[in-house]
Amino acid sequence: MAGLYIHIPFCKQKCSYCDFHFSTSLKNKKALIQALCSEIRLRSSLTKTPIETIYFGGGTPSLLNYDDLKILFDSIHSNFDICKEAEITIECNPDDINEIKLSEYKKLGINRLSIGVQSFYDEDLCFFNRAHSAKEATKAILLSQDAGFENITVDLIYGFSMLTQKKWENNLKKIEKLKIPHLSAYTLTIEPKTTLNYLLKTKKINNMSDELVIQQFQFLIDYTSSIGFEQYEISNFAKQGFISKHNSNYWLGKEYLGIGPSAHSYVENKRFWNLSNNAIYIKSIQQNTPFYEEEWINENMAYNEFVLTRLRTSWGINYNELIIKFNVEIARHFNSKSQILLERNLIIKTNTGFCLSKQGIFIADSVISDLFI
Amino acid sequence: MENIRNFCIIAHIDHGKSTLADRLLQTTGTISDRELQEQTLDDMDLERERGITIKSHAIQMEYTFQGKPYILNLIDTPGHVDFSYEVSRSIASCEGALLIVDATQGIQAQTISNLYLAIENDLEIIPVLNKMDLDSAMPEEVKDQIVDLIGCKREDIIPASGKTGLGVEEILKAVIERVPAPVGDPNAPLQALIFDSVFDSYRGINAYFKVLNGEIKKGEKVKFIATNKEYHADEIGTLKLKQVPKSVIKTGDVGYIISGIKVAKEVKVGDTITTVANPAPAIQGFEDVKPMVFAGIYPIETDDYEELRDSMEKLQLNDASLTFEPESSAALGFGFRCGFLGMLHMEIIQERLEREFGMTVITTVPNVSYHCFLTSDKEKAIVLNNPSDFPDPSRIERIEEPYIKASVITKSDYVGSIMTLCIEKRGELTNQVYLTSNRVELNFNIPLSEIVFDFYDRLKSISRGYASFDYHPIGFRESNLVKMDILLNGDQVDALSALVHKDNAYDLGKKICNKLRELIPRQQFNIAIQAAIGSKIIARESLSALRKDVTAKCYGGDISRKRKLLEKQKEGKKKMKQIGSVEVPPKAFLAVLKLND
Ligand SMILES: Nc1nc2c(ncn2[C@@H]2O[C@H](COP(=O)(O)OP(=O)(O)OP(=O)(O)O)[C@@H](O)[C@H]2O)c(=O)[nH]1
Ligand code: SF4
Ligand SMILES: [Mg+2]
Repeated sequence: MAGLYIHIPFCKQKCSYCDFHFSTSLKNKKALIQALCSEIRLRSSLTKTPIETIYFGGGTPSLLNYDDLKILFDSIHSNFDICKEAEITIECNPDDINEIKLSEYKKLGINRLSIGVQSFYDEDLCFFNRAHSAKEATKAILLSQDAGFENITVDLIYGFSMLTQKKWENNLKKIEKLKIPHLSAYTLTIEPKTTLNYLLKTKKINNMSDELVIQQFQFLIDYTSSIGFEQYEISNFAKQGFISKHNSNYWLGKEYLGIGPSAHSYVENKRFWNLSNNAIYIKSIQQNTPFYEEEWINENMAYNEFVLTRLRTSWGINYNELIIKFNVEIARHFNSKSQILLERNLIIKTNTGFCLSKQGIFIADSVISDLFI
Repeated sequence: MENIRNFCIIAHIDHGKSTLADRLLQTTGTISDRELQEQTLDDMDLERERGITIKSHAIQMEYTFQGKPYILNLIDTPGHVDFSYEVSRSIASCEGALLIVDATQGIQAQTISNLYLAIENDLEIIPVLNKMDLDSAMPEEVKDQIVDLIGCKREDIIPASGKTGLGVEEILKAVIERVPAPVGDPNAPLQALIFDSVFDSYRGINAYFKVLNGEIKKGEKVKFIATNKEYHADEIGTLKLKQVPKSVIKTGDVGYIISGIKVAKEVKVGDTITTVANPAPAIQGFEDVKPMVFAGIYPIETDDYEELRDSMEKLQLNDASLTFEPESSAALGFGFRCGFLGMLHMEIIQERLEREFGMTVITTVPNVSYHCFLTSDKEKAIVLNNPSDFPDPSRIERIEEPYIKASVITKSDYVGSIMTLCIEKRGELTNQVYLTSNRVELNFNIPLSEIVFDFYDRLKSISRGYASFDYHPIGFRESNLVKMDILLNGDQVDALSALVHKDNAYDLGKKICNKLRELIPRQQFNIAIQAAIGSKIIARESLSALRKDVTAKCYGGDISRKRKLLEKQKEGKKKMKQIGSVEVPPKAFLAVLKLND
């Protein structure tokens, strides 16, 4: 098994753009940790090879204290075989980070921090209803580095009307100045059931024009490249040696196991997803009733996923792999569709196959769905 | 036979025919309270959704009057002009008609046209003043109008309400006493006129008929004269809300026959059924329909052509006013050029194909039928039902377009703005009559092509609904017409070509290009949209390439969701028609109709 994902479905407050499933009350925390341990036990038989990466995501995993994490780690270690040099990441919100927490993380073997900064401007953080300030974000990063965490990734959001080009440049400069080796930068996507969507519908806020979003995206690509980052996935940028192993595994079609409410797994050509409601998830685990749904991925679906995930990465589509994995008909389909995209300069040939061109990146969805079967 | 009465209900649209029919059905106990809905006879989903009658609907009632049992065959008819063929066939099977007039609206354009249809067929007219329950009813004024129009006695007009049931008994009494019993010879050989039919995938085709002479018995060997095919009358019966099997249908009565016919072409509305044992000649069927508007209907997937043909044939069984013949288009492949009675009819056909037969189709720009005279033969008119057939302009001597006589009845307040509209539409006023001090009838001669498009909607909006409209063709007149083509990235899209008046061409070309730019989604490359007359470009718009279409996140949990989303995007692209490299959504082919939206 390549990766293990543990979902921690608690947050202090709800960010205005967020449609994830979580609870702002910690009263179920103990029961949930128990349920996670039970699920770990139930699922342990699915893994045949050692686990290479562990990722605590959420929600806000940094809300957990040492004891909670210890219980989880103990359960993980007693049920799975973990590689020696495994990449172990935890998502943290800046307001949760302090010296004690960081030393606990060290003690538990965590070696990578994903810090949800989003912006280095208080007005943006306020707009997003984040629980931290810009200052706290900087401080959290410095503290982490002082504590010996070298492998740090930061999340930033761009492409919203409050973010002027100048501010965006400054946010990226800050990344450079803080010597952060990995960056995930997302355009703001306004999902249906969010505060921002409500504000948009009631005309209290505006969308940024596509033109300006593209401009910020282009700047992001150019700037990060000028300071030595590789754009190894549409929204992910890394300095040499800091590519996220855990996330790369998703994109390379490797198997992973997701534990916790709403977590997804991909094992033996099947995708599973757990019930997303905390209380129902806990109850189902306790009472041994079904707690997940599953979908069998047939060859066409697998091909579509292959195209989808690979084209988003800098490695692109490996043509030999495509030929080996899929039947002739699919290969023929790919050949004819890719020809048109090549002519339109939306994809380019690489040594091993194809990847998105510079223009293609901006309309990746349209390109990918053209290749779908 | 003397206890049978065949009558139809006719009126202007929305004057309450179907609602009054409910009351008749209820009073005669034909349908139970459980079966009763509002406008029970509007049983097609489309009719219920739109609140209008589209099909005539025949139903048999039994009623005892002064101790004697009667069979009353009622046909509810549609009021909209586009379905007038339904009315005319219904009228041909009846001896009487209830002419309904809305007491709040008075006589309207289709009240008059439907009345004339009934009078031409010698029907006994029973005027009914409906919606008497409403405070805004103007019974005395509208009675004056009715007396003026049909020359009846004031007391012959029955005040009624489809809402409260007022007048229903009196209507039934009038039907029995005033409508003559059907005439016909019970002892003559069978002659039954088919006035409607419907395809049923389980039982085969049902044909509805009226027995004019003789009688038809279950199990008998019968012949459909037009096709000369013989069948067993497997099941015959009368039409209640559901079909009621009977062993015999006698002279003057209305019924259905199911004889295992599966091929749509074997049944023709207007055909005569007779017996094999004792055959009679065919009787005069119905007048042929004259389509007003033509448009191409094409399957989205070229492979579905045969299925579309099959569906159209089956639909034609139930809509005798639909005509079609095969045609082909460079852009759309094989399809059919169809004739419709109007734009609503066209819309309904498209909807019915989709709902009843699961056929999603592309409808091309509608046009009227033109007459074209070539310099080589100045006398012989070439009929043009499709802009693609337009000859090279250098060979054309002249073109004529169809004109209609339009009659608009409205309140005098709106006369000014309606005249402006008609002039804008190249119409000329021929007559203006004050029906009462504030109701006017205006008559115009106007090109049919001008009223086909947005005339009706605009008329309604400028008159706030207080204008009714009727028309009939008055022949062809010479006109300065040009063929306007549309090009996408230089490729001509024949399905978008239109014949237009030269004076309108520039304006129209600009509007169409603009509309297409709105309707065609951005694609991976720039698209030039052009309108041209011959080789001259008269309008141009450009649609710039898609700039941004990329989802930010795609982690473990997002992959299958994202895949499904993009699969949907892919399906969406498949529903589009590929013209050169440009993907065009089906609705864009009707862009020309939505120019003022
Ligand atoms: N108040 C009142 N409303 C009525 C009466 N009869 C019909 N209506 C209303 O008028 C509208 C039209 O009634 P329909 O019975 O559908 O009219 P129609 O003549 O069958 O219409 P088409 O078949 O489409 O021409 C509906 O909203 C009815 O509810 C009536 O006697 N009184
Ligand atoms: S912290 Fe993360 S999961 Fe929680 S509300 Fe904010 S964005 Fe959503
Ligand atoms: Mg009706």
